[in-house]
Amino acid sequence: MTWGLLLQAVVSGLLLGGVYGLVASGLSLIFGVLRIINFAHGAVMMLAMYTTYWLFALAGVDPYLSVILTAPLFFVLGVVIQKVVIEPNRSAAEHNQLLLTLGLALFFENLALVLWQGDFRTVRVAYSNASFMIGEALVEVPRLVASAGAVLMAVGLFWFLRLTDVGKALRALAEEPEGAALVGINVSRIRAASFGLGSACVAVAGALITPFFYVAPDVGESFNIMAFVVVVLGGMGNFVGALAGGFIVGLAESLGAAFLPGSLKQLVVFMIFVLVLLFRPQGLFGGSRDR
Amino acid sequence: MIAKAAGALAVTALIALPPLLPKYHLEVLISVLFWAYLGIAWNLLGGYAGQFSFGHAAFFGIGAYTSTLLLLQVGLTPWVGMILGGGLAAAFGLFEGYLSFRYGLKGPYFSLVTLAFAEMLRVVGVNTKAVGSSLGLVVPSTRAAPEMFMFSGKLPYYYIILAMGALALALTWKIGRSRLGFSLAAVRENEDAAETAGVDALATKLRAMALSSFLTALGGTFYAQYFAYIDPTITFGPSVSIGALLPAIVGGAGTVLGPILGSFVLTPLSELTRYALRGRAGADIMLYGAILVLVISFLPQGIVGLVRERRARAGQR
Amino acid sequence: MSLLEMSGLTKRFGGLLAVSNFDLSLDAGEIVGLIGPNGAGKTTVFHLIAGFHAPTSGEIRFKGGSIVGSKPHAICRLGLTRTFQIVQPFAGLSVIENVMVGAFNRERDAVAARRLAGEIVDVVGLGPRRDMPARSLTLSDRKRLEIARGLATRPEMLLLDEAMSGLNPTEIDEIIGLIRRIHARGVSLLIIEHVMQAIMALSHRLVVLHHGEKLAEGAPGEVARDRRVIEAYLGEGA
Repeated sequence: MTWGLLLQAVVSGLLLGGVYGLVASGLSLIFGVLRIINFAHGAVMMLAMYTTYWLFALAGVDPYLSVILTAPLFFVLGVVIQKVVIEPNRSAAEHNQLLLTLGLALFFENLALVLWQGDFRTVRVAYSNASFMIGEALVEVPRLVASAGAVLMAVGLFWFLRLTDVGKALRALAEEPEGAALVGINVSRIRAASFGLGSACVAVAGALITPFFYVAPDVGESFNIMAFVVVVLGGMGNFVGALAGGFIVGLAESLGAAFLPGSLKQLVVFMIFVLVLLFRPQGLFGGSRDR
Repeated sequence: MIAKAAGALAVTALIALPPLLPKYHLEVLISVLFWAYLGIAWNLLGGYAGQFSFGHAAFFGIGAYTSTLLLLQVGLTPWVGMILGGGLAAAFGLFEGYLSFRYGLKGPYFSLVTLAFAEMLRVVGVNTKAVGSSLGLVVPSTRAAPEMFMFSGKLPYYYIILAMGALALALTWKIGRSRLGFSLAAVRENEDAAETAGVDALATKLRAMALSSFLTALGGTFYAQYFAYIDPTITFGPSVSIGALLPAIVGGAGTVLGPILGSFVLTPLSELTRYALRGRAGADIMLYGAILVLVISFLPQGIVGLVRERRARAGQR
Repeated sequence: MSLLEMSGLTKRFGGLLAVSNFDLSLDAGEIVGLIGPNGAGKTTVFHLIAGFHAPTSGEIRFKGGSIVGSKPHAICRLGLTRTFQIVQPFAGLSVIENVMVGAFNRERDAVAARRLAGEIVDVVGLGPRRDMPARSLTLSDRKRLEIARGLATRPEMLLLDEAMSGLNPTEIDEIIGLIRRIHARGVSLLIIEHVMQAIMALSHRLVVLHHGEKLAEGAPGEVARDRRVIEAYLGEGA
């Protein structure tokens, strides 16, 4: 274990961590407002990645530019899913709501499998291989852009929640559902918007990673699990915590990869997950509502 | 009256018909009973105790790998290996359960932890050469040796899974009417009230976990012997975890017949889908996903719940 | 020796002192009423006795043995059980099945448990509705069910938390009758209640809790005339 390798691990971890943070922010937002753990989050990301891929392959749209299309598109998809599937079941038992999103995840993942088969696809752009060095560590430009873009989006989300009326309504609904209804907030619309926004976040994350990550029906699964870990670590409903948690998990994963053989790095992440759930379920930074 | 007659007819058919069935149909029937069995095992913890595990593959895999490794390394007959695997799985289940329940994990958080544990085992399996890593293990099956759980032809496997299913069913039925059954129902409905009424919630949940994981592991050994090949992704992966819970949810969680009805509906459907959309991998799971959404939305009590509702309404008229 | 004894019972939730230095003892055969304005800490005392919260400090002894740190089910097995302010039935089970859960504390066998449950169901007056699902019961019947479930555990002492809240005068009279019948069977009672006429009629002794502290204790008549008690109630606007 040389310092160079360690530095590389830290750099890689921070780069991917930004993306984890954005994915988790979306999940956290959905949980904060709707109180459901959205198993379909990763599947939506996967669909966004395919959308980005097809826009690139068929129309030559640059993946970063396509975000302008993908984000609103998946906002709408999120709203539709929420209104059609989730909202009608809002009073169902908690575990049933979980199964609902699981069913959606299975449906979307396998829809992709049926339509586009399981072959890996990649988006190769001119800058896919661009990179530079920081000391002994290699920084790949697409990863840097993805991380920076993710952080930007997460920060943008944070300010949106702080400053806009819709944002404040979202936070109000997350904190005090009955009170929010009493002060005239259109609860059903805001609930739909939360799912839409969460989906838009994860869609942007997906688009941003296509220049360096393979596109396949199961790509969402691994990000799903990571998102759960990050959200639990950062605190359910805590958006800033999600971003911070993203970096922590990204670091843990890449340091795990540096020290452990094979794919055992995943073990590190799962153990963090279990330990946090057992001993600090409100997350490192505290959630919007303690369990 | 009609129900009893239909039931008797079904049982007779299940015992008498299979020798007459063509190979493909027999395979599907074995599949149906296999998933029904796993569903019954899952149902003890998920339906009866109300603790929804998303990681039952952990126990399945422990069962499959324990009996297979003992067979390959020591020549131990899987009949015995099966019980040992079950014991190991029960121990792991108690560990997992104690950790979770002792620290108050409920509902979705419990589900996530079970998922994490199953995934951890899968990752360990993939990265451990001693158990074959991702290449998996091949179970010898060239010659017939009943004492080693190896048979030529599918029929003996059919009767084995039928017997396993029947025993699991009888166990579920018996528990439902017993003190444990009432404790499970109480804990499922309202844990605080259950405690006040004298039910040791932790012990009750752990009992359900031990039984459920033991039975699931036996299913793992059956799978290994029947399909003659196991690998970490098949045995510890989400397809088993999800496949184990679906029949119970669709058929009616917390009921005796639920998992059986669920499997009799789902498994042939998935076979049909796979046949209809030949070569299109994933079509059957896609259907499962859609069914899951539809069942939760319109039939949350499952098929059994629907039947009960109809009967209750008919009785009120 | 008192049946139930609390000394120096204190419970702190973070910065909030919910119960402070509370002493109380009950002898077998007594009916003691615990009253006080809303938020006085009465239900917290029940949570502490029944094992749902651990006290910050202080001692609770039941039948001479300390029950601090025991889990609710263990305390129930010893012979002390409670009802909840907001009724908690097993909604998906029938009336008799609800009660059987309690009965299984005393009978291992399902047939015997059903028999015991059946007796109790009749005692509380739910006989005609024994096979109805609990979720379809009226509030008054749910309260009887809650009491029945507790009775089936054959307690020596029953903690009743606002059993009359939300009931009309006829129903209140019925519950008063039921409580008297339960007492006649040898069960000691500690009752939290806001319906004054009921608790005055039933209790041998009243204890007043205010801001987590014992304000007064004595015969119902005395306590009702105690100026401090009157001020506490009027002051809080209970």
